[in-house]
Amino acid sequence: MNVAKRTFDAVIVGAGGAGLRAALQLSEAGLKTAVLTKVFPTRSHTVAAQGGVAASLGNSTEDNWHWHMYDTVKGSDWLGDQDAIEFMVRKANEVVIELEHYGMPFDRTDNGKIYQRPFGGHSMNYGQAPVMRSCAAADRTGHAMLHALYQRNVRANTQFFVEWMALDLIRNSEGDVLGVTAIEMETGEVSIFHAKATIFATGGAGRIYYSSTNAFINTGDGVGMAARSGIPLEDMEFWQFHPTGVAGAGVLITEGVRGEGGILRNASGERFMERYAPNLKDLASRDVVSRSMVTEINEGRGCGPDKDHVLLDITHLSPETIMKRLPGIREISIQFAGVDPIKAPIPVVPTCHYQMGGIPTNYKGQVVAPKNGDANVPVAGFYAAGECACASVHGANRLGTNSLLDLLVFGKSAGETVVEDFKSGNLVLKPLPADAADVSLARINRLETQTGGSEVHDVRLAMQRTMQKHAGVFRFKELLQQGVTSILEVAEQAKVTQIADKSKVWNTARTEALELDNLIEVAKATMISAEARKESRGAHVRDDAPDTAEHPNGRDDQNWLKHTLWYSEGNRLDYKPVNLKPLSADVEPIALAKRTY
Amino acid sequence: MSINRGRVRWQCRRALLELDLVFARFLERHFDRLSDDQLADLDDLLRCDDYDLWAMVNGSKTCDVDRWKEMIGLLRQA
Repeated sequence: MNVAKRTFDAVIVGAGGAGLRAALQLSEAGLKTAVLTKVFPTRSHTVAAQGGVAASLGNSTEDNWHWHMYDTVKGSDWLGDQDAIEFMVRKANEVVIELEHYGMPFDRTDNGKIYQRPFGGHSMNYGQAPVMRSCAAADRTGHAMLHALYQRNVRANTQFFVEWMALDLIRNSEGDVLGVTAIEMETGEVSIFHAKATIFATGGAGRIYYSSTNAFINTGDGVGMAARSGIPLEDMEFWQFHPTGVAGAGVLITEGVRGEGGILRNASGERFMERYAPNLKDLASRDVVSRSMVTEINEGRGCGPDKDHVLLDITHLSPETIMKRLPGIREISIQFAGVDPIKAPIPVVPTCHYQMGGIPTNYKGQVVAPKNGDANVPVAGFYAAGECACASVHGANRLGTNSLLDLLVFGKSAGETVVEDFKSGNLVLKPLPADAADVSLARINRLETQTGGSEVHDVRLAMQRTMQKHAGVFRFKELLQQGVTSILEVAEQAKVTQIADKSKVWNTARTEALELDNLIEVAKATMISAEARKESRGAHVRDDAPDTAEHPNGRDDQNWLKHTLWYSEGNRLDYKPVNLKPLSADVEPIALAKRTY
Repeated sequence: MSINRGRVRWQCRRALLELDLVFARFLERHFDRLSDDQLADLDDLLRCDDYDLWAMVNGSKTCDVDRWKEMIGLLRQA
């Protein structure tokens, strides 16, 4: 079959924060850049990021990047790579100031500097007290950021392919990446995007869970494509459950609410976080807060008729503060919880929020995979940034406001690396194999001809319920083992999905079937990696790995201080060491310690 | 020029879960019964920024465009 081919210096998949930041770097350097996106760029899920972006500007309280580095390593439960973390926190001020210059409307202090507020897990002087490190634009930081970056890209002549869905990665026999295949929704035609560099910035796959804060577009397309093409996925057992999703709906209530003074209370009105995290209390790291909430609920101190949630109380804040600093929260609470937070507390539960693992990269944004005994060999022509990538800066648990920082720093870094490689002549257009589009065409053809198969909606729901039940906030040995069997059964069903609508043009059913192919890869990776990791660490907490003197918090550094690598083929697992050495020789590593707040 | 229903349906995918939840119910209950004129109104409304759209749906902002009002009403019902 004849497939149209387009040629670019670089193709970027995804137009959220990471994709737009990378695109800007390339377009401003004069590279011919295509950005593929399922939805209009400013409708990417980055829009939903409310809290802010971390940077140790020190505008509101004393701060420095050493403290930020310590908080991030500790937050990661020492699974984060310290070279990448040092790189990120030292670049933070630069990328935030840059954004300010692009016209990002940050909140201001009285003397005109960027206003900063406290956020969970961020501290001064190595865990002593909360620090004000989050730079925000009211509760619309992601929204303002995405608009600033999009406008800047329009100015730089970035070429957008809107409502195009990338299907598969194209690799040659050496494993080099040569671009992607993609389907144009308006025509249903498959095209090849042939490029010297391919950057994935496709975001997370939070929709693998039944209860999720993620928008429906978060189907892990890049992660799924990478897995199907033989790239391993790193640390996929680590998912952050945001402490405060509205009970029953999943809609997120930003941590900024607690930053502004919100308090979590149990059925008797007790501020229970004082017991679990005496220093940081309600502003402790997300996994600590989520587990504390689940413990309260499991021990019968939950609220409501079913005792299945706790309450987030801001009734003691002035209505003016709520309206000025947290305007969107009130509407969300009224709409999805039926509660006006000025008058009554909001019912909340921990809800799947963020994917810490992803496509393995180094701090330069290059995708890396094991080869000839070296665990981190760059895959030629392939880069990734943002939530779909695992640099790894978040390790076993991400701190709030470090995700917007991640996508700015590593979006830019991936872009800079491509530009450098391009200018040094290391990036050339390699010939496409004759079968470059065959895999994608076969997938489309199967959907057109499949009969007697399973319904996309049913398979997706089965996957989401399996993940929720077997790999949630608390994990249990038997449930994980059963979960592996269950998710592999669901994956078999995903191979035979069928759609009733066979039309070529704007076929949403087909798009959802193609998305499910990506989600299921992520779900398998998560369940299998989680079952195998026999310790508790960060967001991965097992009932059979409890807090003991020998293994504080259930963490087993002797056996498990390593990154998981899951390969789709044969569901094979491999591991690689965590980099405990910072990037600079004169920076002291953050020594292993028990993680307490 | 006739509007493609499939395109409008796809563009009901938004950046915010809040809107996805509202639109999921709207698509189930109302979408297939929309007339061509109503579809055109919806198509126009969908060009809004997500936070503006959400503000109109949750009532914190009044909808001052006449042709959007009926759709906002249906979304609020959903």
